[in-house]
Amino acid sequence: MEQKLGRCVASWCPGATGVVGVARLSGGASQETWSFDIVYPNGNIGAILRRAPVGYGAAPTRAAGLNAEATLMQLAHDAGLPSPRVLHVLQPQDELGTGFIMARVEGETIARKILRDDQFAEARPILARQLGKVVAGIHGLPASKLPELRQRTSTKEIADLEREYRSFDWPRPVFELALLWLRDHDPGPPHEVTLVHGDFRHGNLIIGPDGVRAVLDWELAHTGDPMEDLGWICVNSWRFGEIDKPVGGFGSREELFAGYEAAGHRVDPARVMFWEVMGTLRWGVMCCGMMQRFRSGPDHSMERAMIGRRSSETEIDLLRLLAPRGK
Amino acid sequence: MQDEPTPTELIKAVADFLRHEITPVIKGHNAFKLRVGINALDLVARQLALEPDSDAAEAARLSGLLGMQGSLGELNRALADRIANGEVDLRTPDLADHLWQTTMAKLAVDQPNYASYKRELGGK
Repeated sequence: MEQKLGRCVASWCPGATGVVGVARLSGGASQETWSFDIVYPNGNIGAILRRAPVGYGAAPTRAAGLNAEATLMQLAHDAGLPSPRVLHVLQPQDELGTGFIMARVEGETIARKILRDDQFAEARPILARQLGKVVAGIHGLPASKLPELRQRTSTKEIADLEREYRSFDWPRPVFELALLWLRDHDPGPPHEVTLVHGDFRHGNLIIGPDGVRAVLDWELAHTGDPMEDLGWICVNSWRFGEIDKPVGGFGSREELFAGYEAAGHRVDPARVMFWEVMGTLRWGVMCCGMMQRFRSGPDHSMERAMIGRRSSETEIDLLRLLAPRGK
Repeated sequence: MQDEPTPTELIKAVADFLRHEITPVIKGHNAFKLRVGINALDLVARQLALEPDSDAAEAARLSGLLGMQGSLGELNRALADRIANGEVDLRTPDLADHLWQTTMAKLAVDQPNYASYKRELGGK
């Protein structure tokens, strides 16, 4: 790996003499993330490789594809949004599979640390507003420059989620109630179709003591209703116990919306609520999917099994949204 | 009749051993996996303690709500179907109350530290 990366880096980074500190970070079999340093005369350059190894070229159906991810990241970077600079898109002669190399951004992605550690104390109160502005910037990226992406609609999203849930043949009355609510409240096509990040939440945001430093993981990027991103980041599962701060456990909807509108885009709170319910149900269905894969699949791990037991968390959150007690 | 100690006692003894003796000497990714494993054993112990009563109460509520008898699986399937085809919704008396009680009973086993559950338990 080190040798191949060194050869690859030398081909586009004049003066680079090799790479050091190569370490695999995370990911499954089809998508890998590696961290390394480019050895450079003026000081080493921190870099991240995101790739599908040779033989894993085909992306899952929902994924935008690694080339599209690279294009989007670079577009965001060029527009002045917090996004890593893309250094190189992998070529066949690199023999590293498909993917890209980007500048490494220092900071934290682990929610519990961001929500509890002292070093983020000054970032927490400003994050929701900051993220509103960032997500508005993402939605404002020019349609003419976007790579080819799937277009999603709320109606299609409900149907896909329902199909996946039904495929489990695992009747869950609370999920049925949520599906019914979603069909009744389907807002239809948005006023404006924009780029949607698709997974804008803890884990995909690099946070420093000064606030947000980078938006990562454009794997689920698509075009559609911009309110989807605002609803998804409010899903209770990403609040990590801070349930009175709907935006990631650190801020209010009002702050998020104010940041968004200050950047010249309009918020539709009813649509945001729709996508929050959708997102809560989606995470619940994903937990059920983990249980199915645990039972039938090659990944017979405890972790997967225990995530299956987290679908009930989304049921209580759906009830809090749709049938609050004391009303 | 099986001998004792009971399954609950055995699971608790194993979980306590892992928690107190093994956790301090394990590092890295396996420490994370160990924590998940201990959580799983604790969950099983809670389920063994709580499931008989909560299942019986759930079945009784479902029978009343649906006007039929059956296994818990059959009753839940029937309720899911009736919600899906619009026969039953939140205007149906006792539906919301039933779903709340059922869900609270699941959280008591799955994740009693979940913040939403603790908030609802506090009788907001």
